[in-house]
Amino acid sequence: MSEPLIRLESVSKSYGSGAEPAVKKLTLEVEKGEVLVLVGPSGCGKSTTLRLINRLIEPTSGKIFLNGEDVTDVDPSELRRKIGYVIQQVGLFPHRTIAENIATVPKLLGWDKDKIESRIDEMLELVSMDPETYRDRYPKELSGGQAQRVGVARALAADPDVLLMDEPFGAIDPITRDRLQNEFLRLQQELKKTIVFVTHDIDEAIKMGNRIAILREGSEIAQLDTPEAILSHPADEFVESFLGSGAILKGLTLKKVRDIDLHQVPTLTAPVARDQALQALQESPDQVAVLLDDKEQPTRWIDEKALNRTSQPIEKSGRPVTVNLQPEDTLQDALTTMLQSSVGMAVVTDRKGKYLGCCTIESLAKLIMSEG
Amino acid sequence: MDSLLSLLEFALARQEQVLEALAQHAGYVVSVLVTAGVFAIVTGIVTRRNQLARELALSIASVFLTIPSLALFVIFIPLVGLGFAPSFIALFLYSLLPILRNTITGLDGIDPGVLESAKGMGLSPLQVLLRVELPLAWPVILAGIRVSSMLIVGIAAIATLVAGGGLGDFIKSGLARLPLPNSLEAIWLGTILCLLLALVIDLILQAARLATISKGIR
Repeated sequence: MSEPLIRLESVSKSYGSGAEPAVKKLTLEVEKGEVLVLVGPSGCGKSTTLRLINRLIEPTSGKIFLNGEDVTDVDPSELRRKIGYVIQQVGLFPHRTIAENIATVPKLLGWDKDKIESRIDEMLELVSMDPETYRDRYPKELSGGQAQRVGVARALAADPDVLLMDEPFGAIDPITRDRLQNEFLRLQQELKKTIVFVTHDIDEAIKMGNRIAILREGSEIAQLDTPEAILSHPADEFVESFLGSGAILKGLTLKKVRDIDLHQVPTLTAPVARDQALQALQESPDQVAVLLDDKEQPTRWIDEKALNRTSQPIEKSGRPVTVNLQPEDTLQDALTTMLQSSVGMAVVTDRKGKYLGCCTIESLAKLIMSEG
Repeated sequence: MDSLLSLLEFALARQEQVLEALAQHAGYVVSVLVTAGVFAIVTGIVTRRNQLARELALSIASVFLTIPSLALFVIFIPLVGLGFAPSFIALFLYSLLPILRNTITGLDGIDPGVLESAKGMGLSPLQVLLRVELPLAWPVILAGIRVSSMLIVGIAAIATLVAGGGLGDFIKSGLARLPLPNSLEAIWLGTILCLLLALVIDLILQAARLATISKGIR
């Protein structure tokens, strides 16, 4: 394996002589392009560890290497310009416009004006904000979620290899947080940055991390592994209790719908005659069929009762299909959709909405069991 | 109505004197605001991180404000003589506290998250001060400067007692000649011009506020 991008070598940080060190002889490597999540109870030293990397805190002992270079040899301000930094409080400059905020590091690095201008638009688009609308606004005009989008755009503006994120979504409401997490994962697939991500939320850690370091007091690593491995083989009682109950449920966010063997119920393509539909239903072990429109997009669940009850055309009987799953969705999404569905299963379509099959509780259970 | 007319007559008869006194008075305000402003802001920046230093600076500035103004103008005469110098020193010392206190309050009030992100992005300490801290503390500092400007306009009237000139000249001469003719007019003229000067300076500072404070923090 190549040289890790970030390497901490037996790093310690203590405040005052008598006190227990906040970070005790921590050795840690972060590979290029991975998201390493530091997770642990509050006060375990995870934020301190993060801030040691960009020298907002100086280590008491030990060494930190970035790209093989000892960070203590570099001017701290120069070093930080090469490392993106996103914090929970966001910390946008309230007296500067969104554009000026994003331009902060490029300006410090002396980029020319045109390059900065086009970079600002590019960054705003990257975080799904319309440049026309937001460029000249001030931070006070943004919602919490929007502010953090700008925070991420600002951190990425100078295209740093490394991004440090300290509970970036911690102060955002759950719905927006979920959306930002998903968008962030999509971004990371494109950008392939090396990210160290601090959180106290194990669910967030499992969702965001390629690897997770579970830390206990003094930033001591209790377990460092992939989310899957930690969920299935917690190293000790501390890790187990930190994972909490429902490790299997948490694991659902790691698997995608595309891993499931889809179940095929009878399909009817509209327009279809009533007896034909009845016959298809009777021949199948399933109680229900899916009605597709001319673009093969699922529209309604049809069962025998619905066919018998009404004299309406078949396109209007049964219950409508409201939510579709797509192969990239997580099993957690699938479970939620199934539980909400009137027929106990969920329709899976491709990205364009074309019907692929159904996802059932049985198929989900089979996949989970096969993990062992 | 009569008295207003006689006041106007009194002023018009002494146009040159009025303009000179007004210029002297305004000169005090401007020169003191600029020097005391710079001095107090720098002192605030330098001392704010050291608990002892900042308390000491604030205490000293408060002491100046509690010394009776009459005395403060007089005690520097043995050192610098009569005229502009002792008046300038007294007014300078008087105007420190509001600006110093507001500088410290303004800098203290900045969201720590903003400073953390500024440092984290690689702004040097001087850049953090000039590009983030001072612009964000500026509305509070400017409010202190306004308070000081009002203080100076009023107290500068005492400069006349140490031969420092200004609008106090009219008040003093009126007082000395009371109840002779034109004595009340002189007192009123000095007082009203002080008020007008204060009003104009306040308007100028208000304009400065609008011009120098970012829309994002107004």
